[in-house]
Amino acid sequence: MNDKGTVNAVNNHEPLGLSDGQVIDMYRCMLQARKFDERNLLLQRAGKINFHVSGVGQEAAQVAAAFALDRQKDYFLPYYRDYGLVLAAGMTLRELMLSAFAKAEDPNSGGRQMPGHFGSKRLRIVTGSSPVTTQVPHAVGVALAAKMRKQELVTFVTFGEGSSNQGDFHEGCNFAGVHKLPVILMCENNQYAISVPIHKQLSGRVSDRALGYGFPGIRVDGNDVLEVYRVVKEARERAIRGEGPTLIEAMMYRLSPHSTSDNDLAYRTQDEVDENWKKDGVARFKQYLIDLGIWDEAKDVDLIAQLNLEIKEAIEYADNAPFPKPEDTLLHVYADREEEAN
Amino acid sequence: MAVMEYIDAIRLAMKEEMEKDENVFILGEDVGVKGGVFTTTKGLQAQFGEDRVMDTPLAESAIAGVAIGAAMVGMKPIAEMQYCDFMLPATNQIISEAAKIRYRSNNDWNCPIVVRAPIGGGVFGGLYHSQCAESIFFGTPGLKIVAPFTAYDAKGLLKAAIHDPDPVLYFENKKCYKMIKGDVPLDDYTVPIGEANMLREGSDITVIGYSMPLHFCLQAAEELEAEEGITARILDLRTLQPLDKNAIIESVRHTGKVLIVHEDNKTGGVGAEVSAIISEECLFELDAPIMRLCSPDVPAMPISPTMEKFYMLTKDKVKEAMRQLAIY
Repeated sequence: MNDKGTVNAVNNHEPLGLSDGQVIDMYRCMLQARKFDERNLLLQRAGKINFHVSGVGQEAAQVAAAFALDRQKDYFLPYYRDYGLVLAAGMTLRELMLSAFAKAEDPNSGGRQMPGHFGSKRLRIVTGSSPVTTQVPHAVGVALAAKMRKQELVTFVTFGEGSSNQGDFHEGCNFAGVHKLPVILMCENNQYAISVPIHKQLSGRVSDRALGYGFPGIRVDGNDVLEVYRVVKEARERAIRGEGPTLIEAMMYRLSPHSTSDNDLAYRTQDEVDENWKKDGVARFKQYLIDLGIWDEAKDVDLIAQLNLEIKEAIEYADNAPFPKPEDTLLHVYADREEEAN
Repeated sequence: MAVMEYIDAIRLAMKEEMEKDENVFILGEDVGVKGGVFTTTKGLQAQFGEDRVMDTPLAESAIAGVAIGAAMVGMKPIAEMQYCDFMLPATNQIISEAAKIRYRSNNDWNCPIVVRAPIGGGVFGGLYHSQCAESIFFGTPGLKIVAPFTAYDAKGLLKAAIHDPDPVLYFENKKCYKMIKGDVPLDDYTVPIGEANMLREGSDITVIGYSMPLHFCLQAAEELEAEEGITARILDLRTLQPLDKNAIIESVRHTGKVLIVHEDNKTGGVGAEVSAIISEECLFELDAPIMRLCSPDVPAMPISPTMEKFYMLTKDKVKEAMRQLAIY
């Protein structure tokens, strides 16, 4: 016991330049993503929304990475499980819920895309699609534009280990390596590509592929918030120094089924899932904060109550918000004539 | 005004736009020191530097995808595909991404890329240096597709494509590069995307086409008029998407007989859609069935001279089809 009443507590965040307030903000953000995710599963089961694709088990790494970036300047190219990432980038629960309900006000797509297909120019979250890994060359292109314009920023792109097998991953990495572009590529290796386990997707490490592209590849425990923060921060510093891209493979586990249309126990066991819940990064980070004496169960209960309230308000707002007008289906195929004149 | 080759007009359009706007840049395979395998970008790297005339790794999906990323943040990339035959690795980036970026983001993002790709055969290119890829992309809302025939349009349409806030596929015909010459203004002008162009007036038949085969159509029309008194009206579509419906309908109404000509194969080609438009809009004004003259429905053009000649459209093939339609 030390003088704060904690056990064997070593402060690992201070040496990384993180204040107590910042690590608590990180925890809040990952819990926000977790609670949003869990609630959307229920909303789908209750018939309120049509679909949900989950990121439970991946929030710790997502939020840690976002906090290591410059959230006022950098560009985010997320994939569909990145609720933690986009919340950390500034998207609100209300905005995410508008997307889940496919309402007109949804800033991601105006109710056009499935949930989990993020985009917001205001937040520099680059619009994404469903064919996986197409966003990797886009991240390289945004970084190329930044380099050409001498802008000091990085692009941060994520994808799963399944989609790391796509040609666009390879083509994007190689291009970024050749031109030493400020790109950080983070593979969220959650062990499953829908139902196909990692040993049927990969015969080596994703991070080792970086060797062939001529830049560093780092494997990190994705449930270790501060380690993910550290490697992303170092990758950003390298990128800003003009030393080029970094590939990060964050190891984690997809604790939830792939989506609301998936029964994961058809291809994995409850025991396996339960074992991985014990390694959950969010719970582990909470324990770290408690051990340091800067967090406690009472505060946690308060936080959850507060998040539940925020989610409830977001649901009420999204549920009551108008759908897009049917005929708006025809809008925005091309620029309007007036826009073209500008 | 200067008389120049089609390929020089394409190069001039890029040069002028790059001088005007530092956001315009070219990326592709061999576009730099070599100036492209056809010399389309010759001299541009010397003028604008390696960053703005960028030799990329040999990977078409990255060429398109990187261009898309740069375009989304305000650059104006011109991505060169060395041959349209090698463009298919980039199809997912073009169809799933570029074409849908404005729509899927509800007008938040847009993607002003130009993808240039040479089409067409008759150069002993065999199956994979001769194709016409336009029907693969045709019918994808969100894309604009142009295919100039004249040197004037080659410059004006490329400049319009670069200015356009949406993705434009620019199909240049490699047989036209040196064969087609014409007057090209040396000042700044554009040819509007979406407008067809009447190449020749006539009252007996209408020929609708685009790109290189129009060269044969024009020759055949001159001969038919001189030899047999048959006059042909020839419409150059210039833009394949969106099609200029009014111009198509108007040109057909004028003669009541229409032949549609293109080098891309017949089934599912642009001509099928032109034919459908005519059927929907002015069927009862026709005096003969709609006729199409296109390449045969085989996978692609063989290299052997006898087979290439069989595959390709020629002046004589076009002339015979025009005559048959006129005497119907």
